[in-house]
Amino acid sequence: MKEKIKNLKSKANEIRKLVIRMTTCAGSGHPGGSLSSADIITCLYFEVMRHNPNDPNWKDRDRFHLSKGHCCPALYAALALCGYFPVDELWTLRKLNSKLQGHPDRHTPGIEVASGSLGQGLSVALGMALAAKIDNKDYRVYCLMGDGEIQEGNIWEAAMAASHYKLDNLCGIVDYNHFQIDGRTEEIMNLEPIINKWEAFGWHAIECDGHNFQELLESFNMAKNIKLKPTVIIAHTVKGKGVSFMEHVVDFHGRAPTQKECEIALKELEDLDKLDSQL
Amino acid sequence: MEELYARDIYGKTLVELGKKDKRIVVLDADLSSSTRTSLFKKEFPDRFFNFGVAEQNMMAAAAGLASCGKIVFVSTFAMFATARALDQIRNTICYNNFNVKIVATHSGITVGEDGSSHQALEDINFLRAIPNIKIIVPVDAHETRDAVISAYENDGPFYIRLGRLKVRTIENKKQFVLGKGYIVEEGKDLAIIASGIMVDLALRANESLKKENIEATIINMHTIKPLDEELIVEIAKKYKKILVCEEHQVIGGLYSSISEVLIRKYPIKIERIGVENKFGQSGSIKELLEYYGLSADCIAKKVKEYIRQ
Repeated sequence: MKEKIKNLKSKANEIRKLVIRMTTCAGSGHPGGSLSSADIITCLYFEVMRHNPNDPNWKDRDRFHLSKGHCCPALYAALALCGYFPVDELWTLRKLNSKLQGHPDRHTPGIEVASGSLGQGLSVALGMALAAKIDNKDYRVYCLMGDGEIQEGNIWEAAMAASHYKLDNLCGIVDYNHFQIDGRTEEIMNLEPIINKWEAFGWHAIECDGHNFQELLESFNMAKNIKLKPTVIIAHTVKGKGVSFMEHVVDFHGRAPTQKECEIALKELEDLDKLDSQL
Repeated sequence: MEELYARDIYGKTLVELGKKDKRIVVLDADLSSSTRTSLFKKEFPDRFFNFGVAEQNMMAAAAGLASCGKIVFVSTFAMFATARALDQIRNTICYNNFNVKIVATHSGITVGEDGSSHQALEDINFLRAIPNIKIIVPVDAHETRDAVISAYENDGPFYIRLGRLKVRTIENKKQFVLGKGYIVEEGKDLAIIASGIMVDLALRANESLKKENIEATIINMHTIKPLDEELIVEIAKKYKKILVCEEHQVIGGLYSSISEVLIRKYPIKIERIGVENKFGQSGSIKELLEYYGLSADCIAKKVKEYIRQ
């Protein structure tokens, strides 16, 4: 377990460095939420999910849908590190004719369904989970949502339907970093009591530290064993996690680091890596 | 003269397709008895899902099902299928080019007494600008079957627009070919290009016009997108006068589509019958068609004015 977590930490750190480099190179993008969701995505792609980068259309694969599409730099980095496409393609992010669009697109190997317009992803995941039930398949569906995103009414339509259809093969994750573009979620549109909301909609709700791999793995494992209802993991996270001057800073929701900031950020992440490897 | 509900035939065609292809899944939003998807539900309860009154969720979930290899037919009233769930249709169904076939009923002014909130008069306009989607307005129940089968056989998203009322079966129909309009009746004085129930009303108008020695060529333009540009130009060259008839706002529907073709390829002045930038209201079908200028009498009157010009 200890070794497993050490490896996951190192992968997540690699993803964070790629996120910083990609968005800096692109000159735009959404680093803040990419960093807050990096550990969740790492956990899914390097431990939890059943998938095969050599066969992205494998019928029995677990599905992942990034409903908060703007955080695709973290997902692209994970896909590249898994081997869905060469790491070098990451530097084409947001460039004309690139497979790596500003928001996820099906041209990218490993992307199931495009996203970007918020609030629709849980419905998409619900459709995938229904398809599994129709076909009697045991694949699971994971859907990562933003906290600001769940202000969309469409999310709650999907939440209601997922429990109605007893979709225990569906697992939602809320990246609860408490920031949206205009400020703190508490100020813009309060989400609390967030657990009660999901439970009232018939979901099994789990809270965990979204940067603690032990807790994340336990939560995903628990979700697999909950029957006859979907599970949501409320992952408490830090926007901009891993880079001191980006943490809890709303400005980095939708702004790329400058070249100078990029260098400092990469240095910090290197140091973090060294620290982790000494543990 | 045979009169049938297009939606009855839609429901029956779904069952027919459901029997031969297990990939077919049908979704509805609490209107399955009206849209007749209830017929599919009865035969294949495991492949039918009611989404309750939640059209946005239904459309995005249809995309999710399609991403797993399903061919998804989605039904509700035209108003709620398009206006309510437009973002889901645009970003999640059409952008991904998924096999989602939206078959909407209760379109147009002929919804009748329910009034404006239920009379979709802008639906074609909403969808027409979106890449990948194909739009069909079948002329009668038999063509509805053809359209549904065409949507099943051709990849990508479709919008099939059906009405609430029974529709008269059109004689002299040609074989349905996606994207190809056809002549239903030949005349000498002008051409009427129509879609849906307006074809029948144009035929009725032609009956009365013939008494005054006026004859219109009537074209059934069942596919709004992709539009049969070739036929439109050919007709424009031959008749020099075209009257477009549609049960839709004159903005953004068939008239706009045809104008866009002619302005580029053969600019002539054309006329229109449609709802003139107004909301609908409650009333009997006969009253509404008359009030909004869509009835056979209104078409005949318009034709006479037009050919005198």
